[in-house]
Amino acid sequence: MRIYVCIKHVPDTAANIRPLGGTAFDETVKFIMNPYDEYALEQALRIRENGAGAEVVAVTVGKEVAVSTLRTALAMGADRAILVKTDAYFTDSAETGCLLHSAISRDGSPDLILTGRQSVDTEGMQIPYRLGALFDMPVAANVVAFSMDEGRVIVEREIEGDVREVIEMTMPCVVGAAKGLNQPRSPTLPDMMKAKKKEIRVIPQADLGFLAPVPAVELLGLQTVPDRGRGSILVGEPERKNGAGASVPAPERGQGSIVEKERLWRGSAFSSRRGKARSKKPAWAP
Amino acid sequence: MGALTAARQDPKGEVYALLPEPNAEACHEVLRQYGADRIVVIQTPEADLSPFPEGQAAVLAAAIDRFQLDALLGASGEAGRDLLARIASIIGAPLILDCLDIDFPSGTVRKSHFSGKTTATLRLNSRPWILGLRPNIITEQIDPRPGDIVVYEIPLHVSKRLVIREVKQGSSGGPDVSEAEIVISGGRAVGSAENFRILKECASVLGAAVGASRAAVDAGFASHALQIGQTGKTVSPRLYIACGISGSVQHFAGMKTAKVIVAVNNDPDAPIFQKCDYGLLGDLFEVVPALTRALGPGRSK
Repeated sequence: MRIYVCIKHVPDTAANIRPLGGTAFDETVKFIMNPYDEYALEQALRIRENGAGAEVVAVTVGKEVAVSTLRTALAMGADRAILVKTDAYFTDSAETGCLLHSAISRDGSPDLILTGRQSVDTEGMQIPYRLGALFDMPVAANVVAFSMDEGRVIVEREIEGDVREVIEMTMPCVVGAAKGLNQPRSPTLPDMMKAKKKEIRVIPQADLGFLAPVPAVELLGLQTVPDRGRGSILVGEPERKNGAGASVPAPERGQGSIVEKERLWRGSAFSSRRGKARSKKPAWAP
Repeated sequence: MGALTAARQDPKGEVYALLPEPNAEACHEVLRQYGADRIVVIQTPEADLSPFPEGQAAVLAAAIDRFQLDALLGASGEAGRDLLARIASIIGAPLILDCLDIDFPSGTVRKSHFSGKTTATLRLNSRPWILGLRPNIITEQIDPRPGDIVVYEIPLHVSKRLVIREVKQGSSGGPDVSEAEIVISGGRAVGSAENFRILKECASVLGAAVGASRAAVDAGFASHALQIGQTGKTVSPRLYIACGISGSVQHFAGMKTAKVIVAVNNDPDAPIFQKCDYGLLGDLFEVVPALTRALGPGRSK
């Protein structure tokens, strides 16, 4: 059995993203394996370890530096890896799907394809579905439980309202992993040493056929989202009886250095009219 | 309804509501009220398509072709996302999920990149566009239209290679976080699963949904279905109340587009105070019950 795991090299979720005009951003930040893809890879490794005798191949589309994330995948336990090397950081999800499809089809015949339900950089949320259509395989995403039985896969997929769908699919199929599926392992030092000897095949994007000159979805620019800034901080005892008889959390008068030192009374309802604010419902109440 | 309002923003648009449900007359009036020029009632030989997501997507993809639609809009909650992604993949159309807004004349949409730290502007260069809107991001507006009924019968062979065998309801109860207008969330400081009760009580008087931070979920205080943030749900309520949540970048990824953010925390240095609208500096175990009492039954709203 052969399992392909599609992973992505993305900036650490805690990294500060600094747009540099147009579609450029400061790429000197720390990069990691897309967290959702870790669940996918972990699941593949567990299938292999449970005696299914699988070969696990990690595949990514990205710049040359994405090799470091493939090394992480190899250290976690993937048998080998494939990099589809691109020049640009951003590719439309539909294109990424095509590139993954050609790279995998050239390499072999998948029995199972696992990937994260979304990447945390471009948040496209569609690679499992694109792969499903390109390979003509059934697909389920946002998967939090997985089992395999005689050519069928049974997954649980989380939807809104704390509801789970139990889905049965024929194999081969595509699964989009979500948090809760498993607890991904951390590679040990010997694992990392071993990973250095494993094979990473690099395929230039152009070898897989030309992409459309203009992608169907084209990134025009990135803008920083400003934080909303420091809020109006209310301090004091949580309950105070007021004229109307209702008790609302009320600001305490003349309190503390936070109020004095900083301009905290932002917004209309509480702006310097503390007396009034106390007798009224707070502005944010429904 | 938000998707209908979004569709009406296209100055030249004629809006079709696709209803893959033959016996849903009750919906027709709502669709007319919110701006459907036509209502396409889709009928298939398969009586019930609900266990077959591939079949549901196939009929909608066929309807796009039949009526030569330029764009398909829907809600980008978990179920909508699944359906829209299936449709886009069937027809090989461009797809953007979790859109924050749509500009029809320029063919651009904006969506979050890098966990809400940046907003990307994306242009669609081919038709039909398949777009999912972040739940609650567009306020629905009444804009009555005729909503003429068009019956579309499609002889469809539904593939059975993928079947939903069972739908399991989790234990958390209450409204869903992604769709709720008000969300009250607890973090690690809530301390235990039992203590989440005080948030649930407050939520019930507010008509709110209960959410949780990753720290609270990982500590076992709340189910993952309630998690808001990077590896959980993304919400855009009118009011978000974060209780005992320090406010990590990853948490903000899930609630940054809330209209008003209120933080309750007893640590004056909690990062969340630096990026909220209102901060209540105090112990959540005092503040939250006080809120519940203040807003509870018998109080004027």
